[in-house]
Amino acid sequence: MSRNGPLALAFHTLFVTFILAPILVVCVVAFTPEGYLSVPTDRVSLRWFRAIADYPEFIDAFWNSVWLAAASSAIAVGFSVPAALAIARYDFTGREALTALFLSPLMVPHVVLGIAFLRFFTQIGLGGTFVGLVLSHIVIVFPFALRLVLSSAVGMDRAIEHAAISLGASDFAVFRRVTLPLILPGLASGWALAFIQSFDEVTMTVFIAAPGTVTLPVRMFLYIQDNIDPLVTSVSACVIAITVVFLVVLDRIYGLERLLVGRGSGDGA
Amino acid sequence: MTAVAVSRGWTPWLLAGPALLLFVGIVLVPLAMTVLLSFHDWGQYKGIEPVLILKNWREIIDDSYFHEMFARTLRISVLVTLIAALLGAPEAYILNRMKNPWKGIFLLVILGPLLISVVARTLGWALLFGGETGVVNKALLELGVIEAPLPFMFTETGIVVALSHVLMPFMVLSVWAALQRLDPQVENAATALGASHFTVLRRIVLPQVMPGVLSGGIIVFALAASAFATPAIIGGRRLKVAATLAYDEFLNTLNWPLGAAVAVLLLVALIVIIVGCNRLVERRYAQVFQ
Amino acid sequence: MSFLVLEGLTKRFGDQAAVDSLDLVVEQGEFVSLLGPSGCGKTTTLQMIAGFVEPTSGSILLDGRDLLAIKPSQRGLGIVFQSYALFPHMTAAENVAFGLEMQGVPRAERSQRVSETLALVGLAALADRYPRRMSGGQQQRVALARALVIRPRILLLDEPLSNLDAKLREEMQIELRQIQRTVGTTTILVTHDQAEAMALSDRIVVMNKGRVEQIGRPHEAYEKPASAFVAGFLGKTNVLPAAVEQRNGAAVASIGDGSWPLPAEASGRVTVSVRPEKIAFIDQADCSLAGTVRTRIFQGNHWLYQIDTACGLVTVIRQNAGEMMPAEGAAVRLTWRPQDMTVSPAGQDGRI
Ligand SMILES: Nc1ncnc2c1ncn2[C@@H]1O[C@H](COP(=O)(O)OP(=O)(O)OP(=O)(O)O)[C@@H](O)[C@H]1O
Ligand SMILES: [Mg+2]
Repeated sequence: MSRNGPLALAFHTLFVTFILAPILVVCVVAFTPEGYLSVPTDRVSLRWFRAIADYPEFIDAFWNSVWLAAASSAIAVGFSVPAALAIARYDFTGREALTALFLSPLMVPHVVLGIAFLRFFTQIGLGGTFVGLVLSHIVIVFPFALRLVLSSAVGMDRAIEHAAISLGASDFAVFRRVTLPLILPGLASGWALAFIQSFDEVTMTVFIAAPGTVTLPVRMFLYIQDNIDPLVTSVSACVIAITVVFLVVLDRIYGLERLLVGRGSGDGA
Repeated sequence: MTAVAVSRGWTPWLLAGPALLLFVGIVLVPLAMTVLLSFHDWGQYKGIEPVLILKNWREIIDDSYFHEMFARTLRISVLVTLIAALLGAPEAYILNRMKNPWKGIFLLVILGPLLISVVARTLGWALLFGGETGVVNKALLELGVIEAPLPFMFTETGIVVALSHVLMPFMVLSVWAALQRLDPQVENAATALGASHFTVLRRIVLPQVMPGVLSGGIIVFALAASAFATPAIIGGRRLKVAATLAYDEFLNTLNWPLGAAVAVLLLVALIVIIVGCNRLVERRYAQVFQ
Repeated sequence: MSFLVLEGLTKRFGDQAAVDSLDLVVEQGEFVSLLGPSGCGKTTTLQMIAGFVEPTSGSILLDGRDLLAIKPSQRGLGIVFQSYALFPHMTAAENVAFGLEMQGVPRAERSQRVSETLALVGLAALADRYPRRMSGGQQQRVALARALVIRPRILLLDEPLSNLDAKLREEMQIELRQIQRTVGTTTILVTHDQAEAMALSDRIVVMNKGRVEQIGRPHEAYEKPASAFVAGFLGKTNVLPAAVEQRNGAAVASIGDGSWPLPAEASGRVTVSVRPEKIAFIDQADCSLAGTVRTRIFQGNHWLYQIDTACGLVTVIRQNAGEMMPAEGAAVRLTWRPQDMTVSPAGQDGRI
């Protein structure tokens, strides 16, 4: 017995088509054997995937993106752990304001952040550098890392740490042997979500990236601004494929719903 | 669960200290500098002059070019928000009524794109409708349904459709979260009392998910108003919105102070609208929010 | 010399006192229960001894040393938490070994002591299991073993059995008592289950709203409750209003149409509590109260009566000795010995 009527299912089918069509068309067109944009009809070809290798701009940009995402999300997670413990464990004046500040990069438009960083980094001599990129990405992925670390810290039974203390563990031993292992799933998913956010970021990065530090989405964006050809389609298809793999893995270990909604209905972990 | 420990002096500040310093240094200071920048003077040859004048602000307020551009940004954001609400909310409801494993699969399919690069997703729309080579246009032309390709690239319609697609998952997510808080028995109770399916939807479900729709609407509106990549790709250099205009001022014209003023105005307008809407939503739906 | 001394121990949250000047002396090897209704401050008291809650005032001495000056991790106390608080990412053996590791006990001795202690709680076979894969009773035993293995100076148990079903709880009660006798560790148990407290402890501390109502041996507290609250909390009791007056130089309490000589000093309006099993039916006597049987319930080894009297409904429990018992609707007279009455000031409630 389906609880949705035929009308609802028809709507649902159209909706899913709407969501998937633009993504699928990228993946399909990427396999065209022709020299122009077209849907492969009689045969598929990998020529445009092979062509990526001849464009070092894309390869370099890809590695820039990977290192940038890995570094900034790792550092963001590092900063977020003590901050999350402070917010989860202590009731102090300014706690709400502090949380709001830490989550503010979600609300401030990335164009504004891009402009602010461009001005700031130019002034202090970090304009166009990789360090500047990392700093700015730490800030924009921080809310994602914080949210996940926070929810695992809040969900943890305080008595477990008390048990460790009563057994003679020092503060550091409690953290390393008990707290850290228990919030590790939240930490890992926080890192992964932060990684994707950093890897996909384009609006802010387009302002502050220099030719040598351009990331993959920015490179794609600038390329598309000039012209759209099958090459950028195959690059996009690769990006989509990487994201989908990431997504499925994340869904398996943590649960996508829990990742995005907060606490999910499934038990996850 | 143990209650939150009462503040023990400086411990929480020591823990949050590193992140706080980072945020003060790399968020608050640059933002303040941007606000300051919007009051600076600029000239083709003299560059930025660190004085405090209202020139840029006056230009934005007086010049109809900026009025038109901000009006377009507002129009696009409102339309995108409406489309997202009208399509996303019913979809979340239908999704919630599905059975596992379909529920989980389609949730992944609909929310997953949230994590896929915006550039790649917008490229998809360009491939579907871009000129005569656009997949859909080409098919329709060959079938003889249309005579000329549907106008999509460089049109507001195109931007609205592509942005609705990009931001739709946020609306579904928000309504979905609201639906999870709903007691499924309430619907059954209403049906048992003799209400028709439509009445149940209108009188029982809708009022309870309305906060979800509204908070999703606020998110979608804010992101639509500050969207950059999608309007830049679909709208091209001709059809500008606030974010692409600021980009142009910064990286093409190099008039940073004017670009900063546009950005600051965007930020302030968004904050005012978001805070105002939040107030309204909270007052109106205070009882449902607890 | 006394082993553990709590003196004037007080904890305030805002202006509400969770624990209000609590005095308690515990001897070495003793098993003491903190008993009281939810929210009376039992956990707070335990947490102050453990060091996780800082007292507002008062002192705690262990073996003559000021315990409050010692860090929680250095106090050497074994704690069993209500939620067990096992380390979910460690096996049973690793959980138990943790405390020894922290003390720097060498590996060989460590594994020896771990297996000894696991054997003591009957879990030798499950050493390599993770807590998630254990039943509530088994987790409970791991928690106990983890607390005992460090040879704690005091064992603190916070409602350790409240998550178990009734049958398992009884089994664990017996086992807990046996283990405590074997190792001889001074133990403080927090519970709101009066049967558990009476079954396990050498002494009971009955608490109410942050204050101590009575400290005594289980039998003594039951038979000679210090207040109507204690009488009501430890087993069932009847609470009756009474008026005290002086007759021929002796205090006499009038309850309904009957009057009793008072064992204790009192005057004016008071509340008297009498346990149901101390009340007997009688044909005619001075010390008796008239009533009518409203309900009579047969419960195998005893009869349970509800009697309508001038002082309200009175519960009476009579042994089933095979005799004829009054039927429903019968007019009866109730009597009890003067020494079975507990007298408290009027208005103090100790309802069942
Ligand atoms: N961190 C806290 N902040 C404020 N009030 C508290 C805190 N901890 C406990 N209290 C209050 O102190 C009182 C005693 O609490 P405590 O946990 O000691 O009760 P308890 O006797 O253990 O009850 P239970 O049987 O329900 O566990 C309660 O009224 C409680 O609300
Ligand atoms: Mg308690």
